[in-house]
Amino acid sequence: MKTGFWLAGATALALAGPAMAGDSIKIGFVSTFSGPTAVIGNDMRNSFELALDHMGRKMAGKPVEVIYEDDQQKPDIGKQKTEKLVQSDKVDFIAGYIWSNVLLASLKTAVDSGTFLISANAGPSQLAGDLCSPYVFSTSWQNDQTPAAMGLYMNQKGVKSVFLIGPNYAAGKDMLAGVKSTFKGEIKGEEYTVWPSQLDFSAELSKAKASGAESIFVFYPGAAGVQFLNQYAQAGIKAQIPLYTAFTIDELSLPLQKDNAIGVPGAQEWVNDLPGEQNKRFVDDYRKKYPGLRPTYYGAQAYDAAQLIDSAVVAAGGDTSKKDVMKAAMEKADFKSLRGPFKYGNNHIPVQNFYLQDVVKDADGALSLKTVATIVKDAQDSFHDKCPMK
Amino acid sequence: MLLVVEQFLNGLQFGLLLFLLAAGLTLVFGIMDLVNLAHGSLYMMGAYFAATFVAWTGNFLLGIVLALGASLLLGIVLELVALRHLYGRDHLDHVLATFGLILFFNDAVRLIWGPAGLALPLPAWLTVPVQIVPGVFYPAYRLAIIVVALAVALGLYLVVMKTRVGMLIRAGASNREMIGALGINIKLLYTLVFGLGAALAGLAGLMQAPILTVQIGMGENILILAFVIIVIGGIGSIRGAFLAAIFVGMIDTLGRAFLPDLLRKILSSAAASTAAPALSSMLIYLLMAIVLVIRPEGLFPASKR
Repeated sequence: MKTGFWLAGATALALAGPAMAGDSIKIGFVSTFSGPTAVIGNDMRNSFELALDHMGRKMAGKPVEVIYEDDQQKPDIGKQKTEKLVQSDKVDFIAGYIWSNVLLASLKTAVDSGTFLISANAGPSQLAGDLCSPYVFSTSWQNDQTPAAMGLYMNQKGVKSVFLIGPNYAAGKDMLAGVKSTFKGEIKGEEYTVWPSQLDFSAELSKAKASGAESIFVFYPGAAGVQFLNQYAQAGIKAQIPLYTAFTIDELSLPLQKDNAIGVPGAQEWVNDLPGEQNKRFVDDYRKKYPGLRPTYYGAQAYDAAQLIDSAVVAAGGDTSKKDVMKAAMEKADFKSLRGPFKYGNNHIPVQNFYLQDVVKDADGALSLKTVATIVKDAQDSFHDKCPMK
Repeated sequence: MLLVVEQFLNGLQFGLLLFLLAAGLTLVFGIMDLVNLAHGSLYMMGAYFAATFVAWTGNFLLGIVLALGASLLLGIVLELVALRHLYGRDHLDHVLATFGLILFFNDAVRLIWGPAGLALPLPAWLTVPVQIVPGVFYPAYRLAIIVVALAVALGLYLVVMKTRVGMLIRAGASNREMIGALGINIKLLYTLVFGLGAALAGLAGLMQAPILTVQIGMGENILILAFVIIVIGGIGSIRGAFLAAIFVGMIDTLGRAFLPDLLRKILSSAAASTAAPALSSMLIYLLMAIVLVIRPEGLFPASKR
């Protein structure tokens, strides 16, 4: 249960020894490496490591050392680990963060110390709005963006009404708000479930059925997405009330969701089959380096985080004390992002495309995700006006 | 109205599932005076066994029967190897040793099955919704859980109240030293009871597996509810566990189902949406606190030690 933690601790110790200040680039990486959602953290670590391999494990000629820390999916632990990385390891960059609530708890520590923080997944609305900071960049999205794209797609499909279900934490609220911001039909109801302990959604599914809504939208990342799809399939309402999702079906949950996921659309900013040499190389090398596994959007974002850091370090000639130079370099987003080129908004959140993805059987007979259409181009989050940075 | 019927069934189904878990726990706690934190691990093992055996045999029912046998066997082996040495020791020793077992089982599962978890898909005949009253469709599998759990509850009642073994179990719950003094093979009885508890936990785990995912640590959250239930029901009492489990299942499900709408009548919609899940998950603990104030022994305590 705690092996991830010990492993990370041991790695940290092993790495902290020989490293002298100034002759290497130090990166802290906070993610979840224990418990049921550890598969997500592992995928991010795998992809981050692969990115470093592709760079020859050097940035601007200097060796890179990464200290991985396990947040156990708990805000208080995430904050402690962030403090440790910033105050005792004195890292140059801190990256990772799956969970919005963990990131919000850790944010102040990193920003106050002037350490660059790269969120490789979490995108709470506060981060894009009044809590935006010159030291914080995202290689993912603002939470509302992806479900907002799904809302647009539902309009295109002519869906008249929807019932919303999501977990009761920072990201869950952002996600449901995101759909509401673009969906033009009627919202028949919305339900929040206890996060992360509630795994049985029978009461919510019954309410959705009784509401008379024409469709259901859910946001359940990780294992909860598997459970929701299982229970949705067992309720036998797939034909009457179709399901629309954000962050509920990915390469980690798909092997468990199996056929239940077929025909359930999702919105995403990265899909494994997006064009581009860089992306093809990432997907192929990932599958070669980690046999039996497939990369996810979490991993693609972590890979981009490594590239973003690299672009900053190269611009500063390896001198990580030149924070202004590094900030200016990162604002250009001058690297080959796996999703294709994107720009940063004033709040350091990507302005990017969102795609519709579907589940198909690939050549090996395994289920995989496939890009079906571009839902929206160059979408910017709706909180950037509230960010004081111009 | 139809929604109420459906939510009622949801609550009943959840309550009965909790009963299976709590029944084993209360037997072990009440009769053997052993605090078994690893009960949740047995629940997890039941689910892993079922996922494995169903995949091996390709037959859902056969896989489940094998998984039940494996859970029973695991319980017996665990009692013989580890727990036997803990009887008569302090409760703190039990907590430490069985907490160690949780870590052991979690890492054993990680080694054998890997960290990603397993799926236990249902056969097609269990995935169709069944019409129970006109207009109310209910998932067949959840209905099956209700039927199986009620049958197990009835079976347990008959065994405990009507058979010689059951009489010994009840005697053991009332006065352990005395039945030992009367020449009953208490060691054998304990092994049997622990095996039975393990099989019940395994049954709960394997029945929950198709609804949830089979994953490491899946027994830890639900074990807390099982402890709440045996505290409310009275330690050592199967009848208490049964009624308390139904109470807790109902309160949890109906709270989640109807509290948000009630709160929306007095609070703003956004505040109600946030407060309701938090409040409904507190209701169970409120019930426990009230029961502890009024009847510290639980609702149906096993007769005096």
